[in-house]
Amino acid sequence: MSADHLERLRREGRIVIVGASLAGLRAAETLRAEGFAGDLTLIGDEPHEPYDRPPLSKSALLGMASPLRTQLPRRREIDAKWRLGVAATGLDLAAKRVRLADGDEVEYDRLLIATGVRARPWFKEEEARLDGVCVLRTREDAADLVRRLRAGPRRVFVIGAGFAGSEVASACRELGLPVSMAERAGAPLVGALGGVIGSVAADLATEHGVDLRTHVTVTALEGDTVGRVRAVHLSDESVVEADVVVVSLGSLRNTEWLTGSGLGAGPRGVACDAGCRAFDFRGIVTDDVFVAGDVARSPHALFGYQFLSLEHWGNAVAQAETAAHNMICDGADRRPHLWMPAFWSSMFGVNIKSVGVPPMGEHLMITQGSLAERRFTGVYGHQGRVVAAVTFDNARWLEFYQRQIERGAPFPVEFPTLDRRPEGRQPVPAGFPDPSLPTHGPMVTLSGYSPADQQLVFHPSRH
Amino acid sequence: MRLVVDLNKCQGYAQCAFLAPDVFAMHGEESLLYDPRPEDEQRERVARAVAACPVQAITADGLDRAGASQEASDVR
Ligand SMILES: Cc1cc2nc3c(=O)[nH]c(=O)nc-3n(C[C@H](O)[C@H](O)[C@H](O)COP(=O)(O)OP(=O)(O)OC[C@H]3O[C@@H](n4cnc5c(N)ncnc54)[C@H](O)[C@@H]3O)c2cc1C
Ligand code: SF4
Repeated sequence: MSADHLERLRREGRIVIVGASLAGLRAAETLRAEGFAGDLTLIGDEPHEPYDRPPLSKSALLGMASPLRTQLPRRREIDAKWRLGVAATGLDLAAKRVRLADGDEVEYDRLLIATGVRARPWFKEEEARLDGVCVLRTREDAADLVRRLRAGPRRVFVIGAGFAGSEVASACRELGLPVSMAERAGAPLVGALGGVIGSVAADLATEHGVDLRTHVTVTALEGDTVGRVRAVHLSDESVVEADVVVVSLGSLRNTEWLTGSGLGAGPRGVACDAGCRAFDFRGIVTDDVFVAGDVARSPHALFGYQFLSLEHWGNAVAQAETAAHNMICDGADRRPHLWMPAFWSSMFGVNIKSVGVPPMGEHLMITQGSLAERRFTGVYGHQGRVVAAVTFDNARWLEFYQRQIERGAPFPVEFPTLDRRPEGRQPVPAGFPDPSLPTHGPMVTLSGYSPADQQLVFHPSRH
Repeated sequence: MRLVVDLNKCQGYAQCAFLAPDVFAMHGEESLLYDPRPEDEQRERVARAVAACPVQAITADGLDRAGASQEASDVR
């Protein structure tokens, strides 16, 4: 693009953001902060200004915050046209137009897709409609769940022991409510952190009084005569009576509105390059459509260029900032989204944090603390490199391991660490259910600390 | 006044919980819970917590009067 053209875009161009939540808002702020002076439109199907979701399963359930009052603070004024409460229903790439549910059409010079994900509903529609069957993604979901928990149900049943499900179970116990939690795998958090750490999460849950049932699936939800859920049927033929059922089976990407648009969008999200530019269905990168947040799927140089979908708060913020920057820049001024994956969770009074990509790791070393004490640092290795770390109440060590991951430090961890126990001397299998990982690929390491000056150093593959 | 804590950054140092205990609370040894939409009378305490956080993990708006009116005007 000519410098002239870019200057005009920055001065009087039209930028449209679809999805007015965390990623959408932070992108809008970044555009203005970087000098975009043209027309900015935010389209969101929720009728609310952008709000934060993580508190919905934590302080909101515990009564420390209202689920309807988690609006995100603004970093600056964005002087945008808000189209809230109206969904985007289609995209015309050639005409550069977004179609809206109310029949309107909005033209753009640059488009950002930030439509996120929604909760995967219970798969039997009729059962999903029973009164008392809940999901947790929006503030309305949270308000509904809070109301039901306050009413003092006889038992809450959580389907799926991932982070969200485990956080709900933890809150229920803190509120003194009986809770059961069912998980197909052998322990909670197995998909995210592997079986070794999962067994610690299992102990935590059971010690706090959660009736944890693993290696089972829920086969049916049973309602009473007036359409309220009353029992949960499990694959081991047991039946558990419960009047609130929280379906916590992961999420679905909000890409339906892009069907037929010609973009590379589907159930796995919208694929984009490291510069956040969306691919079309031919695998050719577009130059005016960008993606950020939970809906995006983008290659990460540090992790063998695998496409990562990260449903992490920090990723939405960082990717939105990079996408916004790249939307109004050109060529060498553009930046790759090289954010180090990181998330936190909190359950049963324990602070869980992670950096890197734990599911890539085949092996795990407990380099600090001990599993039995529920205070430890676990380091994951893949093909002789450190690729991730997790801490339970040991967050202060995380940054150190983040640097190790960025440098492609060797695994097993060679250096001695403070508070290393005998159990942490040898790596053990991390215990992920399906370690389907590529075995070849160039190795890339990062150097530098500021996201603005990270430089890639390539090493040819050693395999 | 709206606030959010970047809990990836937060190190659980608890300065905020000390300075604005009705807004921030430690939960267990190092988890932080907070109210994202504190009452107006917490404004000064929140401002002090924002300034005191050693890793700048807290983002808040509406900390001054002008901010408060801006907040009111863009809720629609
Ligand atoms: C209960 C809960 C707890 C969480 N806890 C943590 C945590 O502890 N740590 C962590 O790292 N992450 C956590 N997360 C994840 C974090 O909230 C997400 O990563 C983040 O919200 C992603 O932001 P986003 O803007 O990409 O997507 P979203 O927040 O999903 O926003 C997308 C927006 O687009 C809208 N939209 C969808 N389709 C359309 C359309 N066709 N037209 C217009 N608008 C549309 C949606 O309604 C939504 O408002 C949690 C999430 C939930 C739900
Ligand atoms: S002061 Fe900052 S680092 Fe400390 S607990 Fe509060 S937010 Fe976290």
